[in-house]
Amino acid sequence: MTYAAGVDVGSTQTKAVIIDERLHIAGRALIDTGSNVTFAAERAYELALRDGDIDEEKDGVGYVIGTGYGRFRVTFGDAQTTEISCHARGAVQMFPRTRTVLDMGGQDTKAIKVNERGEVLDFAMNDKCSAGTGRFLGAAASALELPLDDLGPTALRSDKPVRISTTCTVFAESEILAWLAKGKRDEDILLGVHQSVASRALGLLRRVGIEEEVTFTGGVARNVGMVNVVSDMLGFPVNCGEDSHFMGALGASLFAMDRIVAKHAPAGV
Amino acid sequence: MDNDTSPKVAAQATVDTSELIGRGNREGNRLFKEWYGRVSSGPERGEKAAYVFVMGSAAELLESFGFNLVLPEINGLQTAVRHVAEDYIDQAEGYGYATDVCGYVKADVGMQLRGGDHPMGRIPPPDLALQTNVCNTYIKWAEIWERLYHIPIVTLDIPGSRAGGRLPGRGHVDYENDLAYVRGQVDELIEVCEQVSGRRFDQDRLVEAMTHANSMTRAWVRVLDLNKARPAVFNAVTDGTVYLGVVNALRGRAEGADYFHDVVEELEYKAARGLGTPFEERHRLAFVGVPCYPIYRKFSEMFTQHGGIFVGSSYTWFASGGWSTGYEYDLSRPLDSLAEGLLVTGRAAMDTMFHVDRVLADMAEPYGIDGIVFHAIKSCRTVSSGLADSRRAVLEQTDVNALLIDSDHMDPRVVAEAGMRNRVDAFFEGLETRRLLAGARS
Repeated sequence: MTYAAGVDVGSTQTKAVIIDERLHIAGRALIDTGSNVTFAAERAYELALRDGDIDEEKDGVGYVIGTGYGRFRVTFGDAQTTEISCHARGAVQMFPRTRTVLDMGGQDTKAIKVNERGEVLDFAMNDKCSAGTGRFLGAAASALELPLDDLGPTALRSDKPVRISTTCTVFAESEILAWLAKGKRDEDILLGVHQSVASRALGLLRRVGIEEEVTFTGGVARNVGMVNVVSDMLGFPVNCGEDSHFMGALGASLFAMDRIVAKHAPAGV
Repeated sequence: MDNDTSPKVAAQATVDTSELIGRGNREGNRLFKEWYGRVSSGPERGEKAAYVFVMGSAAELLESFGFNLVLPEINGLQTAVRHVAEDYIDQAEGYGYATDVCGYVKADVGMQLRGGDHPMGRIPPPDLALQTNVCNTYIKWAEIWERLYHIPIVTLDIPGSRAGGRLPGRGHVDYENDLAYVRGQVDELIEVCEQVSGRRFDQDRLVEAMTHANSMTRAWVRVLDLNKARPAVFNAVTDGTVYLGVVNALRGRAEGADYFHDVVEELEYKAARGLGTPFEERHRLAFVGVPCYPIYRKFSEMFTQHGGIFVGSSYTWFASGGWSTGYEYDLSRPLDSLAEGLLVTGRAAMDTMFHVDRVLADMAEPYGIDGIVFHAIKSCRTVSSGLADSRRAVLEQTDVNALLIDSDHMDPRVVAEAGMRNRVDAFFEGLETRRLLAGARS
């Protein structure tokens, strides 16, 4: 069996995916990135090998591609590809009718326009500000003293969202405290937060042009509340699967498998 | 993308060792040092300093009165390239200027507060300042010098509109009215120049300066045109910035005209032999905006490491006259022609800034452009506003990839290098994909 790996070193979490030659996910791992980026990459890769019960010595992993902000710190990797290309490739692999990708991570939100082969046609990202990204939700969780995983389900209980500005992630925390002081419920504040983040994401999506189907990727895709709010704002459901937050690593592993295939292809092919 | 991210040196660069190659950059740098030396030592010789801007400097007229030109924008970018801009900006902010004021302005204020201390030499205070409305900041900037030094400042009000190059021309009543309006202002400017310099207006000296300017203009148009060659004979962002500096600093002087004669010779030599820039050319790019001077070398390498060569730049275009870059003076009627030059280049520069999509659409085919980089800068909304719209308009008109990045031309505190590099890398992945698809189709 031939394996290929992708390691996505994000600002918040590091993901590793190993695929087999049928392009099925054989192993995966997700850990916090922490301060030692190289160690995080190595650790996630080891855990993915273990998850797939793959013996690197015996089975061999033919090619490893690093992606994400820490891609150049994947020192055991063979090459690097940006997470923009990787999310596009992964999304189309998982949802073949994808034409627009919304990747929402810890510090970046990206709108990516893709073709049927998963190739990037255009993209737009948030500029030097993390409002409208996962970090904004993290600030809300901190202010409300809630675990991140509870944010989405809590928000979905609301029917009277408050209005939260998206000027600044740091200011968001004080804005939330102000709403709490006015007696607003957690769920109303949180739905407001989700809507605020989603409105920024929609602005990016419009920049590249929204074409169905839209696939939601990145760490925030695990948040059911955000998936619902984005779908509501778009007016149609977005694609989202249980491996959506592994999409960057999956895309990287697919590019890695391309390299293996190209290497073994007969001359002239 | 492979692990190796160093710029790929073109194979041919090591083959031809003619001393012509790279002469434009070497001589440009030498001329700049000389120019700064002359400006710095001007007060010792009793020479006066006129502060002017890269657009609408009326350099020929000021030259005829013997003023040394000081270009604060060039002073500013020199502090950024030399990694000291933050010190000057900090000083200006400490003095009271807000963080979102133009970085050039704050670098200048910092320098004035230090008595003209600058990495290139001591810059004398202004005896006169001349500005146009081409950039709205110019006017408020000059008022700072007026307050600091109690000098006369002259604002040339150039009538302009956003017409995408379709501005009225000679014979049209609006054009003639506009021209008469600017002509009257030139007369007023001459009076001020006479008062400050203590010299009478000398038409022969003006014609001499205009002759040099015409020679330079013809060469500059040729330089821009020569980059249609494949590979491109110069990088419009790096080499182009040196050329543009000479265009502005030595306009109306013999050494400026001679310099461009030599640059044309160098670039024609390269074009005839198929010699490009020192880097491998895989992608031909156009650049829109002002370069990121605080990380100037790294910024350039982000593109050259992928084989991205800038064959054109809106900066070299609008800062040298926009649609009217090739305007030449009619030496038989110098003052009328000077006014006309100020009018057509000034209004065209303003127009070009807001209709850069049309410039790019026109350039795409003859220059073989396959990618456009829009660089918005934090502290200059004048050149950055609407870049996202321009990008969209270009994508509708042309079949190219386009990237929008955001940093600053002066302030390293708002330059996020990692994020910028990420976008640039992704942009090239898209260009490579496009190339693969085109190859597959053919």
